[in-house]
Amino acid sequence: MAISMQTTEQYDYDIVRKFTIMTIVWGVLGMLTGVYIASELAWPFLNFDNPAITFGRLRPVHTTLVIFGFGGSALFATSYYIVQRTCQTRLWGAGLAKFTFWGWQLAIGLAAISYMMGYTQAREYAEMVWPIDLLIAVTWVAYLVVYVMTLRQRSQPHIYVANWFFMAFILATAILHIFNNMAVPVSLFSLEAYSLHAGVQDAMTQWWYGHNAVGFFLTAAFLGMMYYFVPKQAGRPVYSYRLSIIHFWALIFLYMWVGAHHLHWTALPDWTSTLAATFSILLLLPSWGGMINGIMTLSGAWDRLRGDPVIRFLIVSLSFYGMSTFEGPLMSLKSVNALSHYTDWTVGHVHSGALGWVAMITMGSLYHLIPRLWETKMYSDRLIFIHFWLATIGIVLYITALWVAGIGQGLMLRAFDEYGNLAYTFIESVSFLHLPYVVRAIGGAFFVSGMIMMAYNVFMTIRKGRIEARVLEAKLAAKLASA
Amino acid sequence: MKHEKIETNAGWLIVLTLIVISIGGLVEIVPLYFIDSTIETVKVSGKDVVRPYTPLELRGRDIYQREGCYTCHSQMIRPFRDEALRYGHYSLAAESQFDHPFQWGSKRTGPDLARVGKKYSNQWHVQHLNAPRSVVPESIMPNYPWLLQTELKYKDMPDRMRALKMVGVPYAETEAEYQLNVDRYGKDVADLLDINQADKNLLLQAEQGNYDGNKASLTEMDALVAYLQVLGTMVDFKKFEDGHFAKFR
Repeated sequence: MAISMQTTEQYDYDIVRKFTIMTIVWGVLGMLTGVYIASELAWPFLNFDNPAITFGRLRPVHTTLVIFGFGGSALFATSYYIVQRTCQTRLWGAGLAKFTFWGWQLAIGLAAISYMMGYTQAREYAEMVWPIDLLIAVTWVAYLVVYVMTLRQRSQPHIYVANWFFMAFILATAILHIFNNMAVPVSLFSLEAYSLHAGVQDAMTQWWYGHNAVGFFLTAAFLGMMYYFVPKQAGRPVYSYRLSIIHFWALIFLYMWVGAHHLHWTALPDWTSTLAATFSILLLLPSWGGMINGIMTLSGAWDRLRGDPVIRFLIVSLSFYGMSTFEGPLMSLKSVNALSHYTDWTVGHVHSGALGWVAMITMGSLYHLIPRLWETKMYSDRLIFIHFWLATIGIVLYITALWVAGIGQGLMLRAFDEYGNLAYTFIESVSFLHLPYVVRAIGGAFFVSGMIMMAYNVFMTIRKGRIEARVLEAKLAAKLASA
Repeated sequence: MKHEKIETNAGWLIVLTLIVISIGGLVEIVPLYFIDSTIETVKVSGKDVVRPYTPLELRGRDIYQREGCYTCHSQMIRPFRDEALRYGHYSLAAESQFDHPFQWGSKRTGPDLARVGKKYSNQWHVQHLNAPRSVVPESIMPNYPWLLQTELKYKDMPDRMRALKMVGVPYAETEAEYQLNVDRYGKDVADLLDINQADKNLLLQAEQGNYDGNKASLTEMDALVAYLQVLGTMVDFKKFEDGHFAKFR
């Protein structure tokens, strides 16, 4: 007990615990929503003629809950933990940190409810209406202040590499959020607003935002997570410090150029989309720099893969990171994009990154973190192993189904018969999608059942931690009484 | 400067990061506002043919956004042979210049809608939106029965148009603005863009168009179908030489 008292004094773990729990809550809810909307595509009766749960309204609920609810809470939790541990100082501004927690949770909850009621900006991954955008902006500034002030009171001369990535993520997200969400409300009391930009400029701004939500929110920040938890769990130093410097600057510079690869062959001028394609190919280098640095950190300790479920999550996540950052540049080539754009290949690609990289590294990191936060061991290592396999099988089913769906539909829509007429009607391609959509929903169900297993395991772990603490306290009290 | 300096100073780290992440966006976004050929000039006998939406179409567009149609339908035809055959002429930047926000979309679970206007009758749209599988058995689109049952709200029509005017859409409120629109689009269109006539114009179009098939009621279906029926119809490509728009790309 004496030791634990000391750590709670030295570090603010309470805020990390809060965000950790919400990561799992949003993860379960967001992924369940994902499986539901995937099922709606396979079996449209599931829309039940109910406006609130039609695909069009639930889809942003899914993306918001998983990206900002699950991913965002995971980043708050791990960044607050990592910045304290690597700076060897307590988090600055406990009250302000608590405000970031409630502000963020409120924004996610309100966003989900408002979409179901039909309030949306109709901008992908930025659907929140303007009052929620303002709440997010304020919360984010508070996050920046807490983070920077904690860095400034560090007792280490160096700022550890994980913190560079978190810093870049916080700064970039602030800029992206503000510039992409500029809008004029219909009136002061209306939730609706019209965006400042229109047409081609709006498309460019939105995808500059959209792809960097991937680049900074879902990549740079999770690399920060990787740079702490992989070396920690492996018990080895980062493979190459020099590589981390080079790939950090290259990654944050290049990412900001690539958004327009979502707009190949559209009314966006060719010069912009060509620039984006070029930088997308260059982006392969820093992406793989990060992957290599992570995987090579484990070199010499490969046997750990056999017995340590956490290492498995971390290494598989890095492998998926490597795969999807190879697939991304490939899809950003104009000729490939002509086929892949508008199809499920893109959706599959996003999920190999989001499930394979983001979710797996989060799960691995949380399995490392949770025993330390509640000062006990995980309730069941066996359940972690089962979770690992459910997640991995789920991802493989998901992405192969959507490769088939996307490439298949892309080929069907551009096929001609011997007379030069279109070989297929659009609706024939929709019928073709049914089977892949069923498999995709099954893959998603695998993944979410692993997540539910994790929630159970964590719940039992926390309970165990509390019981152990109480027993220890009772023992101490008894000792003191007898003395 | 040694990298160590950045690693030991949070201020340097922040400033340099901000510089490095700002460049890409600045180079790719800002010029789009200043390079004239970004948005094509599309004039027929001296008048602009791409006009802002009428009040009824605008309300339809709001509903299109509310229901998240963009999650499954694109509004951006690419310059490929198969898309030309399936959907028509590739989309011009000019055609979405008044779209706040743009609705190009990123996924075609359903077909592109950039030129769906006038391709199907109003009755077809009503039937299809109400129960898609009653006209296309293989369709996986949700039913939207509430569109026919919900009365269209348009009380804040002038507010909506004023908000759009603030972001650059040429709706007119003063006489001078109205005259500018007359010069730019001709009198008929200028009348439709008059904020002072918003409610009257909306009711008139709904009555004349009778989009939902029921003259007695003004429903959300009226607005949505009016919007769908105007998509991609403003530019008559027969009036331009082949390849005319290629010089803008």
